[in-house]
Amino acid sequence: MSGYRLANGGRIDRGVRRRFTFDGRPFEGFSGDTLASALLAGGVQLFGRSFKYHRPRGVLGAGSEEPNALISVNRGPGRFTPNLRATGIEVYEGLAATSQNRWPSLRFDLAAINDRLGMFFPAGFYNKTFMWPRSFWETLYEPAIRRMAGLGNPPTEEDRDHYAATYAHCECLVIGAGPAGIEAALEAASTGKRVILVDEQDEAGGGAMSDPALWPWLERSIATLAGAPNVTLLTRTTAFGYYHDNFIGAIERLTDHLADIGKGPRERLWRIRAGEVILAQGAIERPLVFDGNDTPGVMLASAARTFALRHGVAVGRSVALMATHDSGWRDIVAMAKAGVGVCAVIDARTNVSNDVQAEAKALGIPVHLGQCVIGVKGRHAVQAIEVASTDGSRRRTIACDALLMAGGWTPTVHLWSHARGSLAWRDALGAYVPETCSEIVRCVGACAGTWDFGAGGLINTLPSPKPSHRARAFVDFQNDVTAKDIRLAVQEGFRSIEHIKRYTTTGMATDQGKTSNLNGLRIASDALARPVTDIGLTTFRPPYTPQSFGALAGRAQGPLFQPTRKTPIDGWAEEHGAVFELVAQWRRARYFPKPGEDMHVAVNRECRMVRQAVGIFDASTLGKIEVVGPDAAEFLNRMYTNPWKSLEPGRCRYGLLLREDGFITDDGVSARLDDDRFHLTTTTGGATRVLNMMEDYLQTEWPDLDVWLTSITEQYAVIALQGPMARKVLEPLVEGIDLSPGAFPHMAIRAGRICGIPTRLFRVSFTGELGFEINVPTAFGRALWERLMAEGQHHGITPYGTEAMHVLRAEKGFIIVGQDTDGTVTPYDAGLGWAVGTKKKDFVGKRSLARPDIVAPGRKQLVGLMTDDPNLVLEEGAQIVADPKQAVPMTMLGHVTSSYWSETLGRSIALALVAGGHGRTGETLYIPMPDRAHSVKVCSRLFHDAEGARLNV
Amino acid sequence: MTRFSAFSLFSNALGGHKDWPEHWPDAAPKPAYDAIIVGGGGHGLGAAYYLAKRYGIRNVAVLEKGWIGGGNTGRNTTIIRSNYLYDESAHLYDHAVKLWDGLSQDLNYNTMYSKRGVMMLAHNVHDIQSLKRHIHANRLNGVDNEWLTPQEAKAYCPPLNISPDARHPVLGAALQRRGGVARHDTVAWGYARAAAALGVDIIQNCAVTGINRGADGAVTGVETTRGAIACRRVGVSAAGHTSIIMRMAGLDFPLESYPLQALVSEPVKPVFPCVVMSNTVHAYISQSDKGELVIGAGTDQYVSYSQRGALHIVEHTLAAICEIFPIFRRMRMLRNWGGIVDVTPDRSPILGKTPVKGLYVNCGWGTGGFKATPGAGDLLAYTMAKDEPHPINAPFNLDRFRNGRLIDEAAAAAVAH
Repeated sequence: MSGYRLANGGRIDRGVRRRFTFDGRPFEGFSGDTLASALLAGGVQLFGRSFKYHRPRGVLGAGSEEPNALISVNRGPGRFTPNLRATGIEVYEGLAATSQNRWPSLRFDLAAINDRLGMFFPAGFYNKTFMWPRSFWETLYEPAIRRMAGLGNPPTEEDRDHYAATYAHCECLVIGAGPAGIEAALEAASTGKRVILVDEQDEAGGGAMSDPALWPWLERSIATLAGAPNVTLLTRTTAFGYYHDNFIGAIERLTDHLADIGKGPRERLWRIRAGEVILAQGAIERPLVFDGNDTPGVMLASAARTFALRHGVAVGRSVALMATHDSGWRDIVAMAKAGVGVCAVIDARTNVSNDVQAEAKALGIPVHLGQCVIGVKGRHAVQAIEVASTDGSRRRTIACDALLMAGGWTPTVHLWSHARGSLAWRDALGAYVPETCSEIVRCVGACAGTWDFGAGGLINTLPSPKPSHRARAFVDFQNDVTAKDIRLAVQEGFRSIEHIKRYTTTGMATDQGKTSNLNGLRIASDALARPVTDIGLTTFRPPYTPQSFGALAGRAQGPLFQPTRKTPIDGWAEEHGAVFELVAQWRRARYFPKPGEDMHVAVNRECRMVRQAVGIFDASTLGKIEVVGPDAAEFLNRMYTNPWKSLEPGRCRYGLLLREDGFITDDGVSARLDDDRFHLTTTTGGATRVLNMMEDYLQTEWPDLDVWLTSITEQYAVIALQGPMARKVLEPLVEGIDLSPGAFPHMAIRAGRICGIPTRLFRVSFTGELGFEINVPTAFGRALWERLMAEGQHHGITPYGTEAMHVLRAEKGFIIVGQDTDGTVTPYDAGLGWAVGTKKKDFVGKRSLARPDIVAPGRKQLVGLMTDDPNLVLEEGAQIVADPKQAVPMTMLGHVTSSYWSETLGRSIALALVAGGHGRTGETLYIPMPDRAHSVKVCSRLFHDAEGARLNV
Repeated sequence: MTRFSAFSLFSNALGGHKDWPEHWPDAAPKPAYDAIIVGGGGHGLGAAYYLAKRYGIRNVAVLEKGWIGGGNTGRNTTIIRSNYLYDESAHLYDHAVKLWDGLSQDLNYNTMYSKRGVMMLAHNVHDIQSLKRHIHANRLNGVDNEWLTPQEAKAYCPPLNISPDARHPVLGAALQRRGGVARHDTVAWGYARAAAALGVDIIQNCAVTGINRGADGAVTGVETTRGAIACRRVGVSAAGHTSIIMRMAGLDFPLESYPLQALVSEPVKPVFPCVVMSNTVHAYISQSDKGELVIGAGTDQYVSYSQRGALHIVEHTLAAICEIFPIFRRMRMLRNWGGIVDVTPDRSPILGKTPVKGLYVNCGWGTGGFKATPGAGDLLAYTMAKDEPHPINAPFNLDRFRNGRLIDEAAAAAVAH
């Protein structure tokens, strides 16, 4: 028990107490405390265990750079979060925090044996062993490594919180609300610009919050900003990533700090597009590298100052400082003035300026220049430090219960680097500072390297008379990377800092090297005897600090993950017991079972009724594009394989669309409404792709064509009436259209009215029966459907779904693009050579159709298959061979693309792509399944009404 | 080469680890080599190793413009599988998977190949048809791949949400048990170390700036930032920059380069036992030995050489992950990065000879090159050593874009690879 609450001071509200638990132990803090400050005030020094060696660890920092004090917070069912930094958790009434990566307890952790055996686990040890015997890797070694690794426990229940997202635009985005950021925001705001100022902490102020002299200025400034209508101040908001063209991602934490989280979102993602970005992210103090620098109670001087002056907490009763930079002296003096007991100031330098020394000496603090800490006594807490002169002489011990490190400052250039800004090395800072960037961005304050912290910071690894291979001097605290590990990586031939990082894992922990990168780089530079600038710098990547998946996923969850598109007739289908299937973004009725029917029985009935009477089918999901303009026919002529210019108004044509490589990508029946107007249909899944492809050609290849494309998919409900009685159902309802076969032949379109509703009436068929597709404005879809159902009652009208539609079209050998074709099928392969206008000068894919392999024999071609056993329905996707007895790997001829029970034929049928299939009619082939091989005969894929007599009635 | 083993680790520990030698020496270019590999990724280093180990050509240099393994080798999500549809692809990737098994022992370097199974989810009837087609084709090609019901899939991967009410419910899955993951960096380092031990020069910070050719058009060497090097056999394995190198030899290559993003979560204790991929929902995920969830999805939409992607891709990827695994919404993204993938018109690689004598190529692996690392290395080495392609890589020639004999897995199945 060393830390305690100072009698007064700090920005905490001592009138508002917060009770909470840590590993089940009750504690008390104040409003304004972080978990770290409240636990330190309660005398806690041991916060967690390190990743690899399970070494005991305390708090190193006071902010988002913290590598050690990682905590799990459990807010009840579905609200468990691991790996939170104690320095970022605001204490609220009832907070239940637990330590992690230890068993059975934080003080007594069995895995700490790793630390005792640490000599056997240097950097890269796992590359060198666990190879024998081979089978032990998956069964023994890897499971053991995995259990040992990881930090906190994973969440095990579905998250009960929800998340929000928003967009924002501003002329000026300021990131970081320390003194520099606030000044920048004030200046920008005064010019009338829209300003957004974001800061990751719960309160704006940054470093000023640790300096009571600045509080009056801070209060005035915040009041000015709060009162300015053009300024948005977002606290608890982390700008985590800098993307192209001044697009910044930021996440605002809304409820994690509240005792009662209410019903609102937990976090909100801000997607901010800014005219100018001003980075005021400050700088992070560097730890010093020496034996025992990870002992709980060793921390950054700036952090200790923050705990003292912002939170009113002394981190110890007898505090020592190890500095190589002036800033540590200022911090310890400020702490001493606030009532913290200081026992020693040690500085590796001998040339500390008198001004800096004067205040410490005036306070009576013992000062030791040209000396270094070379060891720390105590395992779970600092008890004393060993100190020696930089030449190794004058070794002695100083008792203390906290040791502060002041190793200089590293400007926070993370977001700058996300934006691909360049960096320049500054010897005077021992760090990189921002140089130039192609975005409209500038850095102000400490992150630009322009803040006055005083001198120093050039020594980070303290000289020690002890043998270096014995020292446990940590560089990356969380991942347990020591200076020795980095030297070993260099010794083993790793020269690029990227290699050293990956070999040692330095900078790869959850703090992403905020406190370790520069120290690691300089040790590597020293070991390689080459300047820092020669060995590179690892790339900073988003996010600046870890951000929850939930906030990034936002509202895209459950039904909102992707909208389910429903047709206007969907409600009717649901009310009538339809079973649905998902097709692209749509849900479609697959079949309409009557009580007691399974899919098989229902589909058979639906098929039978279409062939015998009339079926009604919701085809609204078909993609529809209206093509308008004087060059519309010319445009379609270039897009589709077949000729379009000769198509007369009032007629329809089956169109086949290829990609540039000559393979089928879509098909559909389209109609010419007028000389300059076409109504195209596409497959359900292809609607977006086809429109994009057409727009691409129109805008980039043929901008000279005067054509407009408009998606009308959702403007029309489409109801297909198919079957011998279709005309009978339609006749009484249609006005202005002569339905007689002579006046309205197959593959024609007429405009008119049905039940008073304007309609585009197609006479087309995807079933082989007399058929109509009635297009009406979407709003009338359901009413018309119900009217047709009523009208069709005495004709046996039967609603059918996609499954029956598939069977009926397969009986006629009609393809479904994407099922019977797969992006490797040409029109010739699919038996659709008749749809290729070979005399046309050009169309998309024409050149590719002439390539040698496309015209070579042996290509896979679409055929029909009949199983020798008529009751056997083949599995779709099953492979076809000539010799089922051959050894694996077998020579496969193709596969079954579609396979159904055909009620019409009273047997099974299948479509298949088979090598040289068009020449194999009558041949017997085999389908080898795991249990046995099935024999099939190749046949025509026109299983039913080959002459098409049923169409032309 | 000091042999790595538990014993050598133990004895070196007692000596304070002072005697570990360099993994590979920092070589400077010699005036001439029997073979040069341009590109020090896993594929290129593998090719150098197999040239020396299997095909008796040891006077070899690997030229890397930056640091080895720094391209896609060190940026991918490390998924290994071979359950490809077409015979050509299945044989190509299975050749690699067979080499993965035993690679650690072969290289005496633990590449951490973990056969924890790769499961691909079916969310609709079309997915079922497609995955079953794969399973049937794989079975007849001798490649393991099996169908799982939703309940079996959940048993194999407990965090999976198989609720029938999900927006994209899981209707089943295809599982390749031999599929899995490996540790990417170790593959590059292991090959470099083993190749160097056989005499190969690993030359970093050495960019190729020109390809020299004789009067007959054949390759005679390369120009580099560290001087000219004579060589009659040059294999280019430079991912998206292959087209730039090929242009130095007057060849146009049908490659487009796209950013592909990946991300990891903070590490947690073991929660995810296998690899899961979903093409319909669009994401894939595994958990590393360190405990991080390793997540990826599709490429950004625009061609670019910038190893930097857009935020909305990350948003969609994580929405997809949280949709299939709702327990992960409170996990946190630790790091998100981009790589550049080189994509051919049929999204299958080009691996073989080029129209220039003595110039060989291995590129176009798109989003799926890591899994092929040992196989691609071996086949490039074979092709260079024999001056003719191995039957496995013969179909992956450059000519196919002229004659139309494409190998289009994505078009066939719409499955990311």
